[in-house]
Amino acid sequence: MSDARTAILRRIVEANSSQGTAEAAAESWELLPRDYSVVSQRSRADVLELLQDRLRDYDAAVVRCEPALLTMTLNATLTAARVHRIGIPQGLQELILPAGFEFVIDEGMSPSELDGLDAVLTGCILAIAETGTLVLQSTIDHGRRALTLVPDVHVCLVRSADVVETVPQAFARLQPTATMPTTFVSGPSATADIEMTRVKGVHGPRFLHVILIHDDAAT
Amino acid sequence: MSTGTALDPRTAPPFPIAAARSLEDSQLRKNVRHATDVIQGKRARVVSEMPDWEALRISGEAIRRHTMKHLDEYLRQFEENCARVGGVVHWARDGAEARALVIRLVEEAVENEGPHNSLREVLKIKSMTTEEIQLNQALEFAGIRPYETDLAELIIQLGHDQPSHIVVPALHKNRQQIRELFRKEMDLPELGESPEELAEAARRFLRTRFLRVPIAISGANFLIAETGGVCIVESEGNGRMCLTLPRTLITLAGIDKVLPRFRDLEVLLQTLPRSATGERMNPYNSMWTGVQRADGPKQFHVVLLDNGRTDVLADIEARQTLHCIRCGACQNVCPVYRETGGHAYGSVYAGPIGAILTPQLQRLQHARSLPYASSLCGACYEVCPVKINIPEVLIHLRNKVVRRDTAGLRVLGNPEALAMKAASTIFRSERRFRAAQRLGRLAQRPLERKDAKGEPWVSSLPGFFGGWTATRDLRAMPKQTFREWWENRSRNNRDAKYSAEAPR
Repeated sequence: MSDARTAILRRIVEANSSQGTAEAAAESWELLPRDYSVVSQRSRADVLELLQDRLRDYDAAVVRCEPALLTMTLNATLTAARVHRIGIPQGLQELILPAGFEFVIDEGMSPSELDGLDAVLTGCILAIAETGTLVLQSTIDHGRRALTLVPDVHVCLVRSADVVETVPQAFARLQPTATMPTTFVSGPSATADIEMTRVKGVHGPRFLHVILIHDDAAT
Repeated sequence: MSTGTALDPRTAPPFPIAAARSLEDSQLRKNVRHATDVIQGKRARVVSEMPDWEALRISGEAIRRHTMKHLDEYLRQFEENCARVGGVVHWARDGAEARALVIRLVEEAVENEGPHNSLREVLKIKSMTTEEIQLNQALEFAGIRPYETDLAELIIQLGHDQPSHIVVPALHKNRQQIRELFRKEMDLPELGESPEELAEAARRFLRTRFLRVPIAISGANFLIAETGGVCIVESEGNGRMCLTLPRTLITLAGIDKVLPRFRDLEVLLQTLPRSATGERMNPYNSMWTGVQRADGPKQFHVVLLDNGRTDVLADIEARQTLHCIRCGACQNVCPVYRETGGHAYGSVYAGPIGAILTPQLQRLQHARSLPYASSLCGACYEVCPVKINIPEVLIHLRNKVVRRDTAGLRVLGNPEALAMKAASTIFRSERRFRAAQRLGRLAQRPLERKDAKGEPWVSSLPGFFGGWTATRDLRAMPKQTFREWWENRSRNNRDAKYSAEAPR
């Protein structure tokens, strides 16, 4: 198929009447207009408030807690969600997990084993307040992508220090790990394919619980 | 599950004929009107909360224009970076090459699965590009069963129907129609008609397939040259299922889908969800690069498709068509699309963007009526998140269609050109113009019909001109022209200039 490659690239060069080069592209990219908002306009407390509102707007449940009360808050959340068998990525083993639940560490469960979990508990790399988005990457704290997809309930821990206000702030933080598998999660799985009526939960988790942990001095 | 006949611009009837048929389906029009009203309302709300919306549109346009100018470089960068982390990049000049490639890759993947899994099945994420090349029909012909996993695409596939919108392909169906379809095709006689019950039925229907089928085919929203990554934007989680559970993933993407750098997503991932579904962010965005050891498919192929795109690129005035990020906002606001729905456009790309994209992808050999399927009102341009001037491209394409149709024809052999020439002769001289007006008033007399208010109309012109009045009525020429009224007024009524009454 190298024929097709050559032909397509040649046709592009003809259409542009010039051959592209890395230098020319880079130079012109730097000059692209970017007059949209990048920096925070709000106080830290307002940013956290905004995140909470935006998440609730998508039908996600949000609770806020101090680091010392995490185990208690987790207990309450998992009990309310009526889940028992809970998958966790390897990095969360060190967390003090509440008693009375079965926590299963994901060491490469098959799709059907994942399907047998009631819920999954993970961290996230950051959250975007303006859009109510949690960002997960394939780290030992967030797990691989299938882990947060197949179970019906996702409980996500968000540290307040990891909350940014805008989408551009999030991309600046993600740039160093841009090649990792990355998932933006904004609320539970949903569809509006039937008469544009938003229905919560199709194939991904139907229930998203966010525990916002206040761990930075500013808040 | 077998797929219905694809929408094919090469065999579709001209837009006026297909549109007339759609206009008779009042249920279809009601469904389309409702859905587009809802999305427009949601979009307006989330766009109005962005004070920097115009700046984002300007940046989006600039990024896309810049990408096209350096497209060969960015495609090479994407290929190199994707291959470095285990992805395999293929190139396809047209639909036939792409179909053959994908079928070969699926067959290799089936082979790799070994004797324990000889089922020839693939999962599919909603992809307009695979619809464009009629991939499902080709897979079935090769004995491979494609399972559409997006709810709307599942509705289309089960109903042997065709997509009618880029983002919400089944918006022409209401809940009762979907329930009847699911009852029959999923064998669920008791199924109710609430969207919740219907979505739950789809969840159960597809879950066993997600857990079983080891091969998936996707499209792409964006390819990232800098990293070799791919980005897919979705709502339901069916996309994530297909991107993470199977062992082989094949992604088909138009060459126009590339973006220079990861950071450019910060613009388009703000404008795309708000424009497409009226959400601040859609539920799931997936980004991945090549093959990762402990996460996702072990085999990853990308097929880069031209299929007419380099021809669009070569037309300086129309190349902005390739800036499109497939949000569908232009369809939702279009007064023509909102009346006819998508099928009348005879292509998977319906609405204003389809009216400029389809004829160009067909090199103006087919779909030549589509540039006329617009009132040029400009609503599409106003909502476009990358500022594609669709009306400008429509006029450009109309011009091309006319030039091609009249090329080599002598004026005498072409009635339209002859009429235009006659008109130009008349308009050049005031004397001839006035004579023509007097003649017209005489000639229209036998054709005039008065409406309920007593206003005269011409609703059927004779002969060659009949085509014009087949779908419109013509206001009859008034008894007196403005010039005549003005001249009379100046002569007889100089002193009573404020009491003069305008002619009716």
